[in-house]
Amino acid sequence: MTSLSAKIQDVFDEPACDKNRGKDAKARKEGCARPLTPGAAAGGCAFDGAKIVLQPITDVAHLVHAPLACEGNSWDNRGAASSGPTLWRTSFTTDLTELDVVMGQGERKLFRAIREIKETYAPPAVFVYSTCVTALIGEDIEAVCKRAAEKFGLAVVPVNAPGLAGSKNLGNKLAAEALLDHVIGTVEPDDTGPYDINVLGEFNLSGEFWLIKPLLDRLGIRVRACIPGDARYLDVASAHRARAAMVVCSTALINLARKMDERWDIPFFEGSFYGISDTSQALRSIAQLLVRKGADPEILDRTETLIVEQEAVAWRKLEAYRRRLQGKRVLLNTGGVKSWSVVHALMEIGMEIVGTSVKKSTVEDKERIKQILKDDNHMFEQMAARDLYAMLSEGKADILLSGGRTQFVALKAKTPWLDINQERQHPYAGYDGMVELVRQIDLAIHSPIWCQVRERAPWECQPDVKDELPSTKNDTATMRAVQEFAGATRTISAGVEEIR
Amino acid sequence: MTRILSKNKSASVNPLKSSQPLGAALAFLGVEGAMPLLHGSQGCTSFALVLLVRHFKETIPLQTTAMDEVATILGGADNLEEAIMNLKTRTKPKLIGVCTTALVETRGEDSAGDIADIRLKRAEELAGTEIVLANTPDFSGALEEGWATAVTAMIEGITRPGERARQSKTIAILPGWNLTVADVEHLREMVEGFGLQPVILPDVSGSLDGTVPDHWVTTTYGGTSVEDIRELGAVEHCIAIGEHMRRPAEVLHKVTGVPYVLFETLTGLKSADQFFSLLSGISGEPVPTGVCRRRAQLQDALLDGHFHFGGKKIAIAAEPDQLYQFATFFVDMGSEIAAAVTTTDMSQILQEVPAESIQIGDLGDLEALAGGADLLVTHSHGRQASQRLGIPLMRVGFPIFDRLGSQHKLSILYQGTRDLVFEVANMFQANRHAPTPQELDPFRKRETPGAPRASPLTRH
Repeated sequence: MTSLSAKIQDVFDEPACDKNRGKDAKARKEGCARPLTPGAAAGGCAFDGAKIVLQPITDVAHLVHAPLACEGNSWDNRGAASSGPTLWRTSFTTDLTELDVVMGQGERKLFRAIREIKETYAPPAVFVYSTCVTALIGEDIEAVCKRAAEKFGLAVVPVNAPGLAGSKNLGNKLAAEALLDHVIGTVEPDDTGPYDINVLGEFNLSGEFWLIKPLLDRLGIRVRACIPGDARYLDVASAHRARAAMVVCSTALINLARKMDERWDIPFFEGSFYGISDTSQALRSIAQLLVRKGADPEILDRTETLIVEQEAVAWRKLEAYRRRLQGKRVLLNTGGVKSWSVVHALMEIGMEIVGTSVKKSTVEDKERIKQILKDDNHMFEQMAARDLYAMLSEGKADILLSGGRTQFVALKAKTPWLDINQERQHPYAGYDGMVELVRQIDLAIHSPIWCQVRERAPWECQPDVKDELPSTKNDTATMRAVQEFAGATRTISAGVEEIR
Repeated sequence: MTRILSKNKSASVNPLKSSQPLGAALAFLGVEGAMPLLHGSQGCTSFALVLLVRHFKETIPLQTTAMDEVATILGGADNLEEAIMNLKTRTKPKLIGVCTTALVETRGEDSAGDIADIRLKRAEELAGTEIVLANTPDFSGALEEGWATAVTAMIEGITRPGERARQSKTIAILPGWNLTVADVEHLREMVEGFGLQPVILPDVSGSLDGTVPDHWVTTTYGGTSVEDIRELGAVEHCIAIGEHMRRPAEVLHKVTGVPYVLFETLTGLKSADQFFSLLSGISGEPVPTGVCRRRAQLQDALLDGHFHFGGKKIAIAAEPDQLYQFATFFVDMGSEIAAAVTTTDMSQILQEVPAESIQIGDLGDLEALAGGADLLVTHSHGRQASQRLGIPLMRVGFPIFDRLGSQHKLSILYQGTRDLVFEVANMFQANRHAPTPQELDPFRKRETPGAPRASPLTRH
């Protein structure tokens, strides 16, 4: 536990983190873990976070050392895509039983499990995840991994991020530490070049990185490693030979980027592939960093040419939606919108942002939001489901863009909703991705179901009829309704006649 | 006699199980105004919640005591108390169902003692809220055990003990976890058709049936009422469905003297016959004509369907009672069980499963055993095996996250069995392949007899 505590202290004190920089020395020392409120907590644990970051590495066997729940309740639940190996989708767990726990057989079982995986699947590496129970009973997974690696001659990587250590975000960072300690730099590539980059914190959800890669290909930029989306173990192991890096989801993997910069002199920038201007800016920054590291400066011009060409196409496609989406009100409720260019693009085609959460936003982010919203009242840390429901059922937004956690709040309030978090079904990155996002917003808002679900049953409108005619007997009202209904039926059959 | 093959490997590959606390939480979700609370780290709840939401496509009330490192070292009593009090203030539940996890059970927490203390200390504030504890460590059991443990705990904790005057024409039904929302709804209608009043515990048909309430509710918004659980001893009879519901039924009998009948399954003509005869006996009413009509429809479905089932090899992975439910269904239709995988060797029902052997294991075992089968039967996680083996997958049980409406699929009594016959026959028809001259060539390389492959002469 002590080495784990030291690690946690270390990742909390992240000099490259905007939020951390904004704190004074004392606040920084306290770390960024918020104490959880029992009975009112939401969100995943550190193990969850670690698995999210590492599991998309496609050819690795991910082995969870735990009783059933940690893996059994959570496997095969994320939409990262692979262009080849599928081993990452096979679930491995030691499924510890009461007997294993009581008799202290865990370590031996883990060792045997690694052997079984090696014999059956022969992966380039096995990642072993510790969890609450195995941490609690003091299983030494580092020792088991070391021994297994020697004995079986393959990489066995301990990932020390038990759930009780803290939040999902902490787990993200501890996973990065595992990569730094055991994976990155262990393989020397023989094909390095001046245009090699790493992309960190890109998960390739719904395959969206494949909307970006062709743009980089066109510029002659090679992605040495995309971590973790669609990554292979060897890519990650040799990622230390890239010339530059882009950090996509900075809250998750900023420590990885900074330490790779320190150790291997790989400069990085934080960017985003969401939204048109951000995508352009990301391409530009990549090219600039590469030039700084010695690449031929002519790449800058080629990048600008590509940007101009692609932006024009994207804006032309988006323009088609202006008529349908102008004036529609968007409510954003995500961990934190890093990509202001999505907001920018939505506003550009005439949509209005009526509110946004700022839970994970930095001070600078908040300043930008203020300018966009013109009213800080629409900025909220986190909205309780009940309040969100109230806001939506009062019709204060035309669509909610959020993650799965609030999906049913919107749907039960009979409000259009679109998933922009990890479970989403559509790729939204890059120029085409932005067009796809707007297309999906259009489809959601204009679905013909909304007028159907909001319509009350015809008989529920009866009291109104009665109210209007207090002196009329009940049966008269019923008769009227029946006649109206019959009338409607006649109209329908008339319509059918016409069609015939 | 069925051979039970015990687990023989260290790495579980593609788990079949969902965890025990999740099963307990699911049972608590069948009670009105309930709030299940997992006593463990926040991840335990988060994973269970995501899985429940993916299955039901509903908001699911489920909270956590959020055990962190410090609480794990010092003990979780304070976290438990804080969680209970927070839930009471914020959501005013009628029932808080505490489900323990591997974390607190490994620590050896005395959760029962802690809850007793909390109730005593906070009696006034907690008035109007029942607190029930289910001890459900993740390292043993699965959904089935968790569900049964929670139901037992509710009866032990809430039902008024002692023999009472019985209200005529009332019965208690204790359905197993494997009954869907549609099954429970159908059960209720059928029982009411005999003029009987059922109290169903748990009743997921009231809470997880996917309706759109017109205001925001933080707890469950339907299900068995706590009051009904309290008065459960006043019913005439109890019907338990599934071997895992024997213990709750026995506890009810012990506590209140209510006699019970246990149905191992309600799928299939024979068990439906027995069920309706029993209802007729209890109520003194004849079987309604509508029910007779459904029986005839099932007979006709058996006639039309049996062509597609005969000789088919079925590979099933499910928890014991569901394994029994579907294995008997297929065997009664003329198919054979080529592979059977389940989660535990502790259930009595396994001896009754019409399969040569049953492997205790996971979906990795199913995949290894199912080569040459005509149909896989398990939950959505079987989709990878189905794809790799090229064998169609019939999704049953929990979780089903890649198909809509699993809760509204009926699988019991005449009507549910009829629907199942059609569903499976249609899957076979959709997957039939056209005959080729090579396959039918009498001089083809014949396969060794007994190899697990359907004869190429079989026309699907």
